[in-house]
Amino acid sequence: MDKFDVASSQKYDVYASRLLPKEEYFVGGHRSCQGCGEALAVRWVCKAIGKDAVIAHATGCMEIVSSGFPQTAWVQPWIHVAFENTAAVASGLEAGYKILARKGKLSGNPPKVVAMGGDGGTTDIGLQALSGAMERGHNFTYICWDNEAYMNTGIQRSSSTPYGAMTTTSPPGKRSIGQPTWKKNMMAIAVAHGIPYVATACPSYLFDLYFKVKRAVETPGPAYIHILSVCPTGWRSATDLTVRLGRLAVETGVFPLYEVVNGRYHLTIDIPELRPVKDYLKLQGRFRHLREPEIEFIQRQVLAHYDLLLKKCEAPYPEFPPLSQTEEGE
Amino acid sequence: MAKRVGIEVSLAVSHAVQLARAEAIAAYPITPQTHIVEHLSSLVANGDLEAEFINVESEHSAISACIGTSAAGARTYTATSSQGLALMHEILFIASAMRFPIVMAVANRALSGPLSIWNDHSDIMGARDIGWIQVFVENGQEAFDHSIMAFKIAEHRRVLLPMIVNLDGFILSHVVEALEFADQDTVDRFLPSYSPWHHLDPKKPVTMGAFGMPEIFAEFKMKHQVTLMNSYDQIMKVWQEWGQLTGRDYHPVEHYKTEGAKVLLLTMGCLSEVAEIAVDELRSAGESVGLLKLRLWRPFPFAALREAINGAELVIVCDRALSVGGVGGPVLAEVRSVLYPMASRPKVLGYIIGLGGRDVPPEAFKEIFSQAQAEAEQEPSEEFYMYGVRG
Ligand SMILES: Cc1ncc(C[n+]2csc(CCOP(=O)(O)OP(=O)(O)O)c2C)c(N)n1
Ligand code: SF4
Ligand SMILES: [Mg+2]
Repeated sequence: MDKFDVASSQKYDVYASRLLPKEEYFVGGHRSCQGCGEALAVRWVCKAIGKDAVIAHATGCMEIVSSGFPQTAWVQPWIHVAFENTAAVASGLEAGYKILARKGKLSGNPPKVVAMGGDGGTTDIGLQALSGAMERGHNFTYICWDNEAYMNTGIQRSSSTPYGAMTTTSPPGKRSIGQPTWKKNMMAIAVAHGIPYVATACPSYLFDLYFKVKRAVETPGPAYIHILSVCPTGWRSATDLTVRLGRLAVETGVFPLYEVVNGRYHLTIDIPELRPVKDYLKLQGRFRHLREPEIEFIQRQVLAHYDLLLKKCEAPYPEFPPLSQTEEGE
Repeated sequence: MAKRVGIEVSLAVSHAVQLARAEAIAAYPITPQTHIVEHLSSLVANGDLEAEFINVESEHSAISACIGTSAAGARTYTATSSQGLALMHEILFIASAMRFPIVMAVANRALSGPLSIWNDHSDIMGARDIGWIQVFVENGQEAFDHSIMAFKIAEHRRVLLPMIVNLDGFILSHVVEALEFADQDTVDRFLPSYSPWHHLDPKKPVTMGAFGMPEIFAEFKMKHQVTLMNSYDQIMKVWQEWGQLTGRDYHPVEHYKTEGAKVLLLTMGCLSEVAEIAVDELRSAGESVGLLKLRLWRPFPFAALREAINGAELVIVCDRALSVGGVGGPVLAEVRSVLYPMASRPKVLGYIIGLGGRDVPPEAFKEIFSQAQAEAEQEPSEEFYMYGVRG
């Protein structure tokens, strides 16, 4: 299973947990809620990263549940500094190992550098640091755990919260339908930086996620992976529906799984016939207040976005030109 | 051998960092610090300094990237001023709590508003409690020397704390001075290659930056406090060692003509050189006055300051920052509280001077000297005095 091959691996998806590495890098004993999709994603992402890696993590649920001194759930070397600066910390790590290697002060290869943060820490307050790090071209992978709100502080809306969702700061009311804005397209923002690898993933599709992460950390230069992470606590969903909800997000077209390799889009999980978004929304208390017209609006928007994505996948040209090699020598 | 050169102080600081063989620099432009990092970036670009220069997109990211390079195990440097230091604020506390021996120059500049690019100490006084070692320098030679010594202090295994070298923006950072460089051999012997005590390494994985529950948080703070206070001994050792190599001695509280003085002026940074002129003139006019220069700001040199008072009756603290709505100047507040427990303590009066680049000539100190004496003879008319400000 070492070769990156998402398509053929899908047949074996149900056996994923048996076919993928057994070593645990995000170990049990942490304090995430029952059915936490983020913790599930972290566990599999860390397996894909492997042991020769260093992780910088933003403040947020996954940091808080895993690192109360003197305990830690992290087997890989791990650093948490603050909420909005994780990409900058990772930039420093990468540059630090680079100079130490150049000066012969490292034994062996520099470790892979991986930054991780929630949707708030990525798409809102950490966006500047992330943009800087991607623009500078550090050789690192950034992973966003997208549970679609600031969960650690009690379910406040972020720019990644979907339209209509109830959060504690986008409550539905006489003059509000809940989150009033459409989810920020963080993928397009990452792609606009001209970085070599960008992907969406979801722990409900383990092979897809595993191989994308592997590919990201092996790609020289910046890579960005946006992982939909179901949060039963914030989404008001049953704790045993986490994997199902992730699948429904993909099957309805709400969260398509795709890659953008050197500016070229392609779907990694093709859903020939999308299910109605209602199937996804109705299992979550955060959408309970929505009425038919709003659900229809969401349905139309999802299809429109999906359609645009398909067009990007069919586009004969990449989003940005390939980097041409500079002439070396005389 | 050491050579004497005429050089802009910012460039001298860059060369000190080059001689210290800094391995990673992350910085963002802000006047009046920019010349330091511009020059460092050209040293790196020309291969004269083997280092990674990270052109971050903000000061918040500068200090965050410094934490990253330091956590990787590289000798790390940055510089900033004013708004840049303020933007770093959140992360400054974390850098010291996580014990990363980053060295930073702060070319002191007023904090907006109104916007001012000129010198005062309001930037660093807003960062008093960040848990870093902090010194103030008064001329180019000191800026050069302390920029090298800072690495040795910060990286010592019993210290492992970040350190700030404060130099006044423009009036020090941008002047050309004659100063003595150290040669590379001397610096290499003084400051060996950095090998971190703890860093992030897959061969020996650790978790850094775990959070603290109420039952452990205060113990962390206590350790930080004890370590910062104990760093004093190491600071003294490093300064002495440098003194033996170069003949230039440094002390936490510097004295100028304080013998038998009834009145002591107290200054920080390059105001001190101007105050010396005033003291010379007052002394030759028969006044009993001397000057104390507070060099070490953190850890606060309690004993050295109390000892330095040496029977003086009046201490006039000159602050280059204002705590609006508070007790006046931060240095005044601290000096007063440090001297308060003394059995026979002097009167302490505070003057705020030189805000936002306002020039402070020697006459100002002479005037302050006579005003303060008059005030000290009665109940002081104000809690503190804003000198030379139109009201
Ligand atoms: C500068 C700053 N602002 C606010 C906070 C408070 N804060 C901590 S975690 C968090 C929310 C995290 O949300 P997200 O990044 O989406 O991660 P999640 O907890 O949802 O996994 C907030 C607002 C902080 N720690 N630092
Ligand atoms: S609030 Fe959500 S993301 Fe956070 S630990 Fe609980 S389930 Fe996981
Ligand atoms: Mg979140």
